[in-house]
Amino acid sequence: MTADLRTTYMGMELATPLVAAASPLTGTIGGLLALEEAGASAVVLQSLFEEQIEHQEASVNSILDSFTDSFPEARNFFPGLDDYNTGPESYLGLIDAAKSRLQIPVIASLNGVSRGGWTRYAKQIEEAGADALELNIYFVAADARTTAADVESRYVELVRDVAAGISIPLAVKIGPYFSSLGNVARRLADAGAQGLVLFNRFLYPDISLNRMKVVPTLHLSSSEESLMSLRWIAILSGQVPVSFAASSGLQSANDVLKLLLAGADVTMMASALLRRGPGHLKQVIAGVTSWLDEHEYVSVKEMKGSLSQAASPDPSAFERANYMRSIVDFTVASPDPRHFYARRDPIPWD
Amino acid sequence: MNGFVTVDGNEAAARVAHRLSEVIAIYPITPSTAMGEMSDAWSAAGQQNLWGDVPQVIEMQSEGGAAGALHGALTAGAMCTTFTASQGLLLMLPNMFKIAGELTPTVFHVAARTVATHALSIFGDHSDVMAVRSSGFAMLSSASVQEAQDLALIAHRATLEAGLPFLHFFDGFRTSHEVNKIVPLTDEVLRAMIPDSLVARHRSRALSPDRPTLRGSAQNPDVFFQGREASNLGYAAVPGVVSAAMDRFAELTGRRYRIFEYSGHPEADRVVVLMGSGAGAAQEAVEALNAKGERTGLLKVRLFRPFDMAALVEALPRSVKRIAVLDRTKEPGASGEPLFQDVVVALAGRQGAPSVIGGRYGLASKEFTPAMAAAVFAELGADSPRREFTVGIEDDVTHLSLDVDPNFSTEPADVVRAVFYGLGSDGTVGATRNTVKIIGERTGLFAQGYFVLDSKKSGSMTVSHLRFGPRPIGSTYLVQRAGFVGCHQFGFLEKVDVLERAADGATFLLNSPYAATEVWSRIPVEVQRAIMEKHLRFHVIDATRVARDAGLPGRVNTILQACFFALAGVLPQDDAIAAIKGAIQHTYAKRGQAVIDRNFAAVDLALAEMHEVTVPKVVTGELHIRRTVPAAAPDFVQRVTAEMIAGRGDLLPVSAMPAGGAYPVGTSQWERRDIAVELPQWDPSICIDCAKCTLVCPHAAIRMKVYSPDRLAAAPAGFQSKEWKSKEQPGMVMTIQVAPDDCNGCGTCADYCPAHSKSVAKHRSLDMTAANGNREQMRASWEFFKSLPEFDRTQVKVGTIKGSQMLQPLFEFSGACAGCGETPYLKLLTQMFGDRIMVANATGCSSIYGGNLPTTPWTANADGRGPAWANSLFEDNAEFGLGMRLALDSQAATARRLLAEMEPDLGADLVAAMLGADQSSETGIAEQRKRVVDLKARLAASTAPQAPRLAELADHLVRKSVWIVGGDGWAYDIGYGGLDHVLASGRNVKVLVLDTEVYSNTGGQASKATPRAAIAKFAAAGKRTAKKDLGLIASSYGNVYVAQIAMGADNAQAVKAFAEAEAHDGPSLIIAYSTCIAHGIEMSTGMSHMKEAVDSGYWPLYRFDPARGKAGEHPMVVDSKAPSIPLGEFAAKEGRYSLLARSKPELAQRLMTLAQSDVDERWHLYQQLSGVERHAPDDTVAEKDEAGGGSTVAEEELP
Repeated sequence: MTADLRTTYMGMELATPLVAAASPLTGTIGGLLALEEAGASAVVLQSLFEEQIEHQEASVNSILDSFTDSFPEARNFFPGLDDYNTGPESYLGLIDAAKSRLQIPVIASLNGVSRGGWTRYAKQIEEAGADALELNIYFVAADARTTAADVESRYVELVRDVAAGISIPLAVKIGPYFSSLGNVARRLADAGAQGLVLFNRFLYPDISLNRMKVVPTLHLSSSEESLMSLRWIAILSGQVPVSFAASSGLQSANDVLKLLLAGADVTMMASALLRRGPGHLKQVIAGVTSWLDEHEYVSVKEMKGSLSQAASPDPSAFERANYMRSIVDFTVASPDPRHFYARRDPIPWD
Repeated sequence: MNGFVTVDGNEAAARVAHRLSEVIAIYPITPSTAMGEMSDAWSAAGQQNLWGDVPQVIEMQSEGGAAGALHGALTAGAMCTTFTASQGLLLMLPNMFKIAGELTPTVFHVAARTVATHALSIFGDHSDVMAVRSSGFAMLSSASVQEAQDLALIAHRATLEAGLPFLHFFDGFRTSHEVNKIVPLTDEVLRAMIPDSLVARHRSRALSPDRPTLRGSAQNPDVFFQGREASNLGYAAVPGVVSAAMDRFAELTGRRYRIFEYSGHPEADRVVVLMGSGAGAAQEAVEALNAKGERTGLLKVRLFRPFDMAALVEALPRSVKRIAVLDRTKEPGASGEPLFQDVVVALAGRQGAPSVIGGRYGLASKEFTPAMAAAVFAELGADSPRREFTVGIEDDVTHLSLDVDPNFSTEPADVVRAVFYGLGSDGTVGATRNTVKIIGERTGLFAQGYFVLDSKKSGSMTVSHLRFGPRPIGSTYLVQRAGFVGCHQFGFLEKVDVLERAADGATFLLNSPYAATEVWSRIPVEVQRAIMEKHLRFHVIDATRVARDAGLPGRVNTILQACFFALAGVLPQDDAIAAIKGAIQHTYAKRGQAVIDRNFAAVDLALAEMHEVTVPKVVTGELHIRRTVPAAAPDFVQRVTAEMIAGRGDLLPVSAMPAGGAYPVGTSQWERRDIAVELPQWDPSICIDCAKCTLVCPHAAIRMKVYSPDRLAAAPAGFQSKEWKSKEQPGMVMTIQVAPDDCNGCGTCADYCPAHSKSVAKHRSLDMTAANGNREQMRASWEFFKSLPEFDRTQVKVGTIKGSQMLQPLFEFSGACAGCGETPYLKLLTQMFGDRIMVANATGCSSIYGGNLPTTPWTANADGRGPAWANSLFEDNAEFGLGMRLALDSQAATARRLLAEMEPDLGADLVAAMLGADQSSETGIAEQRKRVVDLKARLAASTAPQAPRLAELADHLVRKSVWIVGGDGWAYDIGYGGLDHVLASGRNVKVLVLDTEVYSNTGGQASKATPRAAIAKFAAAGKRTAKKDLGLIASSYGNVYVAQIAMGADNAQAVKAFAEAEAHDGPSLIIAYSTCIAHGIEMSTGMSHMKEAVDSGYWPLYRFDPARGKAGEHPMVVDSKAPSIPLGEFAAKEGRYSLLARSKPELAQRLMTLAQSDVDERWHLYQQLSGVERHAPDDTVAEKDEAGGGSTVAEEELP
């Protein structure tokens, strides 16, 4: 007998818990079709970046305005084109195409900066036919005068504004860097989030020694990164009444199974699919199925959350700071300490 | 919409022409360019003509080409049109004779413009259309924007009916660029005017192999004459045909025109006859004079050819005693100007005919006002009127000019008049144009806008003249008494008299960084006085700050527009704000919501931030409108140039002007434009003496001098210097100095400076800093810097970066765009060889920033030597330069012959030294110059008959070179035939092509240098074909030195190419990559951006040197490395590519793939060519024999 892989995410019935996370693969209709073919139960489209739209609009405007009406011999220097596609139109077009070509749910993703922008684009995304919306909130509080409370309120208000403006399910994807993640999660749920996606992965600055310049980097994730999601989904899934999506670091069937056991409703993959191609999903699904069969689970629903903090025989294990176990493990393994510096997640080293 | 449209004359005419054409062949030329651009844009957008087809618009290589293509299309039966002006019309002339001779219907729409004579002018008069009046085209003149539309249609109708071509013209700028509210023509009217039967008749005459005929035969004395006379009946019918078309038009639209139209007193004793936009001003004068009881009238000429003499006489009132005919053209030496002659002939021999006098007015858009028209009537009323006169200028030489009463004004009280002073980049013109449209299209008022733009390409001032009133506005002259003056740039107050046009009690709105309570003492005393004396209401707003806050830095347009509406009260405030927002929505719709939101925010902030200033009763402070030029400037600059700079050029009398148009050089240094917001600040502590900043500066505003440290004793406080690290010039110090009043603040130097601080990465040896910080100190330093001696040319390696930069640039402070990519090459050229070059400059950007008055950048050194510069035309520049070479060679050959003949008088040593001098180095040239001094002294003492002649020609014994300079429009397109011929001549000329890959000067139209996948005007969907490889074509001759360079990518290669090109004993061609505002890049990064052009293989660097071939080496050397980045990476940073990628991603991708193939293929080809052995035979020997030996100095002196 083969286990039932179905799961529910923000009220959406999905065939499996394997969702394709936002990545370049979900930015083209070809990529989306391949993901569906490989077994993704839903897709999160590549993010619409409000900041990028504004930047594009401003730069097109600047190119077209520069030197206009400055000289008697030329009113301007570029031919007028029909459309500069600076707005969300191409993104909305992708939603439209995805909806007409795909059978699985299509979750749009929005990365905004301003309250006006968030709500406007969320509305347009809903109107374009997306089944759900994932808000990808990423705010670097670079000004040392900004308080944690300021940042949290900003998140909450944004979610409240967007949730009030749309009727499709709303998920919020956040990073882990809150003093009290659980409290933030609750407040986001209260503000209208129906799902939490843990966690964001960020673009980090790097310094190029050759060019003596600051350059952006984004490394593909690895399995260890999924452990932070594992911890927090295990802790929060019993406390906050929303759907949970595990994101960041999931590479294999094993990673997926662990997160499901911790309490995730769906697991989202990007790096592994970018590395190995959409077909990798088939292997993951096969691995999940065979593990469930081997362990005599009849369905994902049965096993989901069975090792969450609430369900775990050792709930304090999720809260324990790493050193207790780590010292033992690492004495044996003699790990290279640089390994930890290379990781992006903050390690609670002391 | 209210049944009107608010458009300019070009659009009015083009809307008709496009709908009535199938083939439109065009070429850009000011001021007609917009008609072609609009037609192209409409066709690109699929707009159909009257018959449901999209007209084919094709850009040709010249107007000659456009006329030829049109002639062919007409011959094959298409409905055709074109748009042109000035020299462009002249280039069409040969085909115009043919088209008319073959009785072919077509309409050429001309925005009439001055033909270049003693100088080029882009402005309007009738010298171009008058120059083609013998072509056989019928000529129909429009005097207003409404007429430009209406008569365009009448011309298209009449041409079909008469079976003869029509030239429909209206005044360049005054009508072509005036925005006015007009009644548009519907398709129904067009259809009613252009019946299918007439179109069918045209088609039936088409050449077709189905019913072949032959055209263009060659005829002999037996029949040509009769054949020419065979068309007489057709011409005789034209006035009737046009009159009938006008009648039909009146039936359809209610607007009635006549071929000669009289208005004024029915029993006038004096009548002015004229043609074109001057009619508007003359009409107002007639009405004002008649209101005072005079009996005056105006006869407008609409159909000038064929000239219907009987109709003219018929149109005049019988009462007229005296007529003044005004011509907007000059025919030197004629018995009178063309219209005058026609009127005289029409009246000749008639009983009791009135007497006729003739005058010239309005050349090159010179203002023609009602006061001037009144002066003409006054002259007609004099006891003995002058037979020939001018009006609008002061002629103190031949005393032909009429006196004009400065107080004569016809501006009515119920017309709102406003003037706005803005900066080219601040959006003032766009916003005021929108204001005209808003009022024209949303209210019952009529509206007019006219915009005066400065030809300087950076920091230029714009003045917008707006009128709104209850009647159609026909005032075809600048606003003289404005009820509203907006000054959008605070800095203008010190430079120009912005209140000159303010009427008593007017409103004055100033964009001021100072609050209403503080501003008074911050404005010049003269401005304060004008405010008090004219009883102005004075408001301020810090629009610059508001714009910044709204996220639109520098764009103060919509903010000040909102303030104007609030103060002028033309519309209720809420309506006005809604209308402005509507206009914003319309203008920026395609650019996205963020842009619209920012502009909305700016408008919303505006009114709250505007405050009225309580005008004190006394002047305060010490600030004055500043002196235009320093007291040290030469006499001519003080008397003439300074007046032009100050905007008083109109007042200069004829005697102030050099007849023939030869002007002194080196005038840009006196203008001190003071336009930089930021200036480079030098940190000598980290400077590495590389001189790259001075090399790449487009404005020669940052300089380097190397000098003895003892000079520093006299330096002013704050003057900076550092040790000069060089084995060649030990013990010296150097200074990098900025000319603070001449720098444009483009930032190119700072962007390109390679010297970074070790401890703070962003700090370089040159940083851009706020200009106001230490401008005074910088001025003092600059003055001292100028007093430091120039380095001895014989002591530097000219062909190196540092060496070239130790030398004085003789091209400085041009009016080029800030960050111009062309000018650094010209500056380098003058540093390397400027004291001995003649420059032939093609028309285009380089002739405008190089030769546009009031001040010009080409200058001379302390010895008085420097580049001698001239512009002939656009199309003939290579030939022009070759002519210079021939003249130099011929005079040098004569000098050498005389020198040899005079050997007994002058001494064998001197003669031998001079004839055999090696002038391949600076030292050699310096020595030869000394010998010339010696020679002249000996000649002065000589009694030999040849002595005076040789003294005249002695300077020709010193080597001189000819540089032929122009852009890609010239070299690749219009001048290519000539350039090819000149290169093929083998003569010793140097050609520098400043390749911006578009027609930059006229607004970025595609040329054959435009690369595939880039957008340009006439290539809105991306250029489909690859760039022409001019260098490869030239190198195929074998004896032409060819280099492709990009200064910002490889400085040393560029300098080397100049040195080799100059040294090559034969034709040389340098193709220089020139970044341009038409590329859509951040101009401060232009030079560093060139590196990516080269790294991507987009612009390979190479040198093809025939000398290497002769030495047994491979002549072609590719200097750049194999492409290391994809073309797309380079292209993504340029608007010309990225806009297409945004607009049509798939198409852009397809074209980019092809463009990448172009790059790959060319690289592959060049790699192969660099392995090709080639040895062009030495043909200079044969040439010398033919030329009688020693035809050029250079040939013999350079091995």
